Amino acid sequence: MIELPDLRLDDASALLAHDGKNSELQRDESPTEYLQRVIDSLCELSLKDPLTGLGNRRHFHAALERQIETVARSGESVLLLMLDIDHFKSINDTHGHLAGDQVLRAIAHCLAGCVRPVDTVARYGGEEFAIILPNCRPLFGLALAERIRRTVAGLSVPVSPLLNLQATISIGGAYAPEWVRSTTELWIERADNQLYRAKSNGRNQACIDQPQELSVSAEEKGLLFSHLAVDNANPFESGPGNVTNRVNA
Amino acid sequence: MNDVLTPPTQNPDAAQVPLKPLGKVLAVTSGKGGVGKTFVSANLAAALAKRGHKVLVLDADLGLANLDVVLNLYPKITLHDVFTGKARLDEAILPAPGGFSVLLAGSGMVEYSRLTSEVRNEFLRVMNSLVPNYDVVILDTGAGISDVVLFAVSLASEVLMVATPEPTSLTDAYATIKVLVGQQQRQIIRVIINQATRPGSGAAITNQLQQVLDRFVVTGLNQPIRLVHLGDIPVDPEVRQAIMRRQLMMQATPGCPAGMALTQLARNLEDSVIPRAA
Ligand SMILES: Nc1ncnc2c1ncn2[C@@H]1O[C@H](COP(=O)(O)OP(=O)(O)O)[C@@H](O)[C@H]1O
Ligand SMILES: [Mg+2]
Repeated sequence: MIELPDLRLDDASALLAHDGKNSELQRDESPTEYLQRVIDSLCELSLKDPLTGLGNRRHFHAALERQIETVARSGESVLLLMLDIDHFKSINDTHGHLAGDQVLRAIAHCLAGCVRPVDTVARYGGEEFAIILPNCRPLFGLALAERIRRTVAGLSVPVSPLLNLQATISIGGAYAPEWVRSTTELWIERADNQLYRAKSNGRNQACIDQPQELSVSAEEKGLLFSHLAVDNANPFESGPGNVTNRVNA
Repeated sequence: MNDVLTPPTQNPDAAQVPLKPLGKVLAVTSGKGGVGKTFVSANLAAALAKRGHKVLVLDADLGLANLDVVLNLYPKITLHDVFTGKARLDEAILPAPGGFSVLLAGSGMVEYSRLTSEVRNEFLRVMNSLVPNYDVVILDTGAGISDVVLFAVSLASEVLMVATPEPTSLTDAYATIKVLVGQQQRQIIRVIINQATRPGSGAAITNQLQQVLDRFVVTGLNQPIRLVHLGDIPVDPEVRQAIMRRQLMMQATPGCPAGMALTQLARNLEDSVIPRAA
């Protein structure tokens, strides 16, 4: 049996209190319940970027790992976007780090508002963000990245009563190879290559590594599926005396 | 592209292995995943072995191998060790239930899910050593048209396209055929309709695919692409039951509808591409 007074919980409590969480033992709480709550809160904290409140790199990697498993099993299209603030260093140099932090926070908030609840937005590093978009059709990838880019470009961040800052981002994206269990490294590398392309093409733009196209037009599909219409018309028809095939209507 | 097995000049190791043109390499592919490629590869191998052929199945689904599960074999030494130089090729080849040989990919192959020049060369080296020793080599490829899949298919003298009657499977099979025609100048692709729901429906589906190809796919001055219907395999509960029991269907219940269909497929192959066993 663990006695709470024997444990050194001061650091943990302080961390949680700093994050605005209640870190005190509640009156109606058993020691076990309390410890579980502290552990859960610490786990949550360990996945969060303190400045922006977004998921951190650890959170991002875990989410990406899970998506690779999904893609391998289901062939679903999942898009990974890597986003980098353009000329962020000069914002810091000109207006100071506090202004830089405010820009980071504003863009983080804006990105989180651009996506669906199933998507994962994380702060990947200094001025770099990452977004994982499950179930995102290849057709829509570029339009989506463009929309995010435009929304950020339209932001005006008040950093002092007299000064609003504007910033742009460059975006690189890549789809996970479908039906294959790839690795997070290879996937990130492909998205990063696109980000590099967007940067070297002049920044404030989005480049997507499109998956190899399996393009079949509606016309082709129409002709391809004509046997299904026949199947539906005679759902119980079976070949006479044929025992090697079964009807499964 | 039928002579891609000719060793590439940049790989001196492979260039020293002479190739007898006897070995037949069949690539089993599908476009969509989960349609029965691995099931067909393993059981067709068993059906051919029963008819006297010396067969090897290579797990070419480097990204998502599951041949080991179907055969219930979990060896220590796999293709991964051969690729990384930790083991010799002959150490990784093992006998499978059903009387054929098998070369499993192993879980370490994840890093080979992309076609680097290393993967390419290793793959070629392995194939060049294997082919002279077998009557038939079957490549169980991955789904989709990733570069690894296309490369594996390019090594094969025959393509067996597995599809189910479902629209998603047909669309992916059709799209894959288009790529194979465009990129590899394939002229004949053999179609297997798995999980066929009605007798004779498979041939009609292949015929339908052919009509769409004829209408929409331009092959330039070459011969047009020709689909050959190799056969149907019905939906059969024995297939799933064999997997649940960790047995090979062709060994456990060869007389079930799917088993009989696979025996017929093996016969059809003998009539068309594989010389009958002596
Ligand atoms: N003819 C069939 N009848 C019933 N079930 C089948 C048949 N063919 C395949 N299946 C089922 O489909 C599953 C997927 O097959 P698998 O060979 O692993 O697909 P792939 O290699 O194309 O991904 C098998 O586990 C099996 O249960
Ligand atoms: Mg498989």
